[in-house]
Amino acid sequence: MVIDKIKKRIEYQEDGSEKEHRSDIPVGMWVKCSKCKEILYKEDLHKNYSVCPNCGNHFRLSSRRRIDQIVDSGTFEEFQLDCNTTNPLEMDDYVKKLEVLREKTGLEEAVKCGIGKINGEKVVICVMDSNFMMGSMGRVVGENITNSIEKAIELKLPVIIFSASGGARMQEGIISLMQMAKTVAAVEKLQKAGNLYISILTDPTYGGVTASFATLGDIILAEPNAMIGFAGPRVIKQTIGEDLPEGFQTAEFLLEHGFVDKVVNRKDMKETLYKLLLLNK
Amino acid sequence: MAKVTAWERVKIAREPERPTALDYIEKIFDEFIELHGDRYFKDDKSIVCGLGNIAKQNYTIVAEQKGRNTKENIERNFGMPNPEAYRKALRFMKQAEKFHRPIITFIDTKGAYPGIGAEERGQGEAIARNLMEMSDLKVPIIAIVIGEGSSGGALAIGVGDRVLMLENAVYSILSPEGYASILWKDSTRAEEAAEKMKLTAKDLLDLGVIDEVIKEPNGNAKTDVEKMAETLKKKIVAITEELQAIKVDDLVEQRYQKFRKM
Repeated sequence: MVIDKIKKRIEYQEDGSEKEHRSDIPVGMWVKCSKCKEILYKEDLHKNYSVCPNCGNHFRLSSRRRIDQIVDSGTFEEFQLDCNTTNPLEMDDYVKKLEVLREKTGLEEAVKCGIGKINGEKVVICVMDSNFMMGSMGRVVGENITNSIEKAIELKLPVIIFSASGGARMQEGIISLMQMAKTVAAVEKLQKAGNLYISILTDPTYGGVTASFATLGDIILAEPNAMIGFAGPRVIKQTIGEDLPEGFQTAEFLLEHGFVDKVVNRKDMKETLYKLLLLNK
Repeated sequence: MAKVTAWERVKIAREPERPTALDYIEKIFDEFIELHGDRYFKDDKSIVCGLGNIAKQNYTIVAEQKGRNTKENIERNFGMPNPEAYRKALRFMKQAEKFHRPIITFIDTKGAYPGIGAEERGQGEAIARNLMEMSDLKVPIIAIVIGEGSSGGALAIGVGDRVLMLENAVYSILSPEGYASILWKDSTRAEEAAEKMKLTAKDLLDLGVIDEVIKEPNGNAKTDVEKMAETLKKKIVAITEELQAIKVDDLVEQRYQKFRKM
């Protein structure tokens, strides 16, 4: 439902973040901020956590960069991803599309999972990646989130999940829907086991991810200005036939309505997580 | 069974004369008392909750309810729940657990309501919490898709030990219109989407998403609501006995594994 709006947003963001290895051409060294339109030198942007130094706009982050920012250098042990896409609707182009995307993005799927340390504190961490089919959740994402949570229970470790997703993956139909029930049941087991679960909502978090594990953290953080909701803004606008209020479905909007514990700037995220881990020990 | 296409089933599931949850509830249960409200915000009439019994067995009933005419439809928001409807459902399901009553849910919705208020009051959180709590409720849960089962709005009361579907009911990630609009940017290709989405009871049985397809009288429940209700009643009684024979911890673990495999 939300894909349209999100695509528009990502087009101008994609000029930047993921392609820097490809070219020596000066053109590729600059990015335009989607918010303040300032032209930014990409190196500066990356040094600034991919946050616009001019206006504070948080650019979308790849899972790789996210992990670099959050996990202590050299401590990330990535889990072997279960990449068995079942293609339940038998769509001809779907498997091909996945292959092309894997090639293009260097990602296996829309999530990376593993164990890492945050200032020495060991956690299970899952990071969704909007560069891979808008971070949508099909069987592979659901399975690996669930595996990671089960692993955390076994190892008695806290769980940290960074969400970035347009919602359930349409191409896998009802099986994607069922991932909501599956991941959430694992969260329930985690709760019962007494492990800490911190969920971080980043731009965008929508649909079946919002309506499952993302909104069930003991603590829910969000990045500034991230768009977060259940139904996409376009669908809501169509349904009610009126314009949406300013700031609707932003992280700040959720904070105001009591669904987010704290909005945290990216540069403070690691420290905040560390403090929360200590305070929950 | 004559060959009925997926799109035809979508149309049957949406017929205005299609029996609604209350039509069945009144006939299945000897006694039914509706109880209202989520205790936080309001009573959302798109989900009906209450207590009922079949002979000596008491039940908690949670049902998505479409209107049977325009006036009712406005009152019931066309069967599209707001968060408070899911919170009401959860309140009664937790109560069922307290009093060891099995839960019967009837699923029939175009989806959770996409509105400003719904977002302000945490539609996503309400659905998520229901899924989480249902996964661990220590009573048998039987979920029955009687009409349209669209998206998280349907699943939010659908985490059952047994998931049944009427022959012409449909269950999917999204409406065929929504699906076509997202995948092909063209909502008029809904019929084509319906054929691709595997949303019929038979398809979902094959995929292992549901446990059983329930035949409709004369190929359409509207032709004989009495008989349809009678069939459902027998199913409910039989499955309740079957689930009650399972130790509660095993029941909950089996429910976990059921969804874990998907």
